[in-house]
Amino acid sequence: MTRPLIELRDVHKYYGDYHALRGITAQIGQGEFFSLLGPSGCGKTTLLRTIAGFEGISSGAVLLDGQDMDRVPANKRPTNMVFQSYAIFPHLSVAENVGFGLRKRGDLNAQAKRTLVEDALDMVGLGGYGKRAAHALSGGQRQRVALARALILKPKVLLLDEPLSALDRKMREQMQVELIKLQRHVGITFILVTHDQEEALVMSDRIAVMFEGEIAQLDDPEVIYKRPASRKVADFIGIMNFLPAQVLEESGAGVTVDIAGLGRAVLDAGQITRGSGNGAEAGLRPETMTLLYEGQSAQGEVVEGRIEEVVYYGDMTYYFVALPGIDTPVQLSMRNLFGRDVLAVGDTARVVWNPGSVMLFR
Amino acid sequence: MAGQDRTGRFWRSDAASGLILVSPTALYAILLLAVPVAMVLAISFWTQNYLEIDRTFTLKNYAEALSEPLYRQLMLRSLTISGAVTLTTVVLAFPIAYFVSFHVSPSRKSLWIFLITIPFWTSYLIRVFLWKVILGFNGVLNTSLQGLGFIDEPLTFILYNANAVVITLAHAYAPFAILPIFVALEKIDRSLLEASQDLGENRVTTFLRVTLPLAMPGVVAAVLIVFIPTIGDYVTPRLVGGPNGLMIANMIQTQFLKLNNAPLGAALAVIAMVMVSTIALIFVGLNRRYLRGPK
Repeated sequence: MTRPLIELRDVHKYYGDYHALRGITAQIGQGEFFSLLGPSGCGKTTLLRTIAGFEGISSGAVLLDGQDMDRVPANKRPTNMVFQSYAIFPHLSVAENVGFGLRKRGDLNAQAKRTLVEDALDMVGLGGYGKRAAHALSGGQRQRVALARALILKPKVLLLDEPLSALDRKMREQMQVELIKLQRHVGITFILVTHDQEEALVMSDRIAVMFEGEIAQLDDPEVIYKRPASRKVADFIGIMNFLPAQVLEESGAGVTVDIAGLGRAVLDAGQITRGSGNGAEAGLRPETMTLLYEGQSAQGEVVEGRIEEVVYYGDMTYYFVALPGIDTPVQLSMRNLFGRDVLAVGDTARVVWNPGSVMLFR
Repeated sequence: MAGQDRTGRFWRSDAASGLILVSPTALYAILLLAVPVAMVLAISFWTQNYLEIDRTFTLKNYAEALSEPLYRQLMLRSLTISGAVTLTTVVLAFPIAYFVSFHVSPSRKSLWIFLITIPFWTSYLIRVFLWKVILGFNGVLNTSLQGLGFIDEPLTFILYNANAVVITLAHAYAPFAILPIFVALEKIDRSLLEASQDLGENRVTTFLRVTLPLAMPGVVAAVLIVFIPTIGDYVTPRLVGGPNGLMIANMIQTQFLKLNNAPLGAALAVIAMVMVSTIALIFVGLNRRYLRGPK
C-alpha cells in the first residue's frame, strides 16, 4: 500500500439498537482501488456513506488525508460519490449535470467551465452528449455522466456504491475494464462497494470482505481467493467444495488428514486455517480438480465417481461428481478445449485432485 | 357478413371499451360545461330588450364592458385579489407540503394528509361565515388581541375589504395547493439531494438548485388550481368583502339577476374567462422547462 489516504479507526455505527458497524479499522492508500465486498446488510454501504459524510459515526474516527472528518459535512469533504441509482438530475442537461459542482469555482469563467465539462465527457466516452436531456440517456450512459460529474471536481477519493449492479452483464464487464483504466488514468483513490465477488476480484488492488458489520479479511484479491481467512470468506468468494475431514496425525511439518471421498493427504501449515469451529473440513476450488480422460496420465491423486449433473457454459463445463462416502457431489470445472468431449450424466468419471491445493479449515 | 364481423370486432376492441368508459363523463361534461359555455358565448352577442332578448349579433356588450371604468376596476381588482390569494396560498402551502414530505415518517404521511383535508369536512359557506366570526369588529381575533392588551381598538382592516377576501380564500384553497406540491416533492428521488450535497452544495443551495426546480410541476399545478377558481369566486367577496372587496363575479351575478341584463353579464363572463385562460397559458408557458418530464 502507498501512503495512507483514509484511515478508519475502530469505527462503530448504531441505528438505535442495531449495531451496523462493529469496529472497522483499515487504511486505504493514495491511488488505490479498494473494494468493500460483502452480502447485503453487511454494512458496506453504511461504511461508504460514513466516509462520504452522509452518515455520522457513533464512535471511532474517520481520517481523510490526516484530517479528522468528525463534523465535516458531506459538501465540505474532498470525496465524491457515484450513487447506485446514479442520481442524475432529471431537470438538467447532461452538461449541466456534469458541471453541477463547478458553480462554486469562482476562479473559472464560463468558458473554462465549459471546457472542463467537455473534457470530463470526453474522458468517459460521452463527447458531444452535453446538450442532451439527462432523462433521455441509457443506463450505461447515466453511469458515465455520474462518473464525469464526480471526477470533474478532482476529489481525493471517489466512492462508488454498487455502480454496475443495474447494468446488464456485457455492459458490466465492459465498464469494469473502463473503470480500471479510468482509475489508473486519473490516479484518484477509488472505493467500490459491491456484493459481486467476481467484480471485486477483477477490479481491486485490495478487498475488504465484510460480514455483519466487521471486516473478515483485508487483502489483495489473489490472497483472498487462495488463502481465505475463514471458512465464511472461503464460502463467499468463488465456489468452494467443503468435504468433511479427519485429522489423523499432527507434526511440526504439517498434518495428515483423511478427506471424505478423496482419501489421505499430508498438508503443510500454510494450508491450514484455524477457527472455523465445527470440526475439520477440507476446501477445494472447482478448478483445482480435473477429469482424467482416456490415455492421459494423472498429475495427482485419482478417485472414481459418477457424474450427477453437467452444466455447460460454452468455454467451461461444470461437472457435479458423486464420490463414494460423501452425500453432496463435488463440483469441478473443465475448460472445453478443442477435441475434448463433454461427458454426460451417468458417465463414470475419474477425478484428479492435488493435495497441494487443498485448504483445511478446523 | 363481413360488415357485421367488423362491428363485432370493434365492440370488443380496446378503443371501444375506452370509449364506453369515458362516455358517461364526457356526456356529462358536454352537457354541463360545453353547452352552458356556448350559451354564455351566444348570449354575450345578443341584446336585452326589457323582457325579451334581441338575437341579432352585436358587439355592443363588449364595447360597454371594456369601456366602462367600473367593470375595468372590478376586473383588475379580481385579478389582484386572485393573485394575492394565489401567492399567499402557495407560499404558505409549500412549507407544509415540504414538512410532510421530508420530515414526517412515511408511516404517518397519510395521516397528515388526512388532517389537512379537515377543513373540507364542513361546507364552504360555513367556513366563510366562521371567518366572519373570527375577523369581525367584535370577533374572536379582535377580542383576543384586546384582551391580551396588544391593541386598544378593534382592527377594522381585516373584515369587509379585500384583505378579508384574501384571508378567507387562502384558507379555503390551502389543501388544493398543499396536495399537488406534496405529490411533486414525494416524487423527488432523495439520492438527488445527497448528490447535490456531495457535489458541494449546502442545504439551502440544494433546495434552490434541486428541490425547488423538481417541485415546480406541483407549484404550477397549485397556482392554476388556486388562481382559476378564485377569480370567479363570488360567495366570499359577497360575505366578507364589503363594498370594496367585491369582484367581477359579483357584478356578473348582478347583471344576470338584478339588472336583468344577461347579455352584458355574459360578455363580462367571457372577458373574465379569456383573461384567466390567457394568464394561465402564459404562466404555463413560462414554466415549460420544468414541466417536460421524462417520457
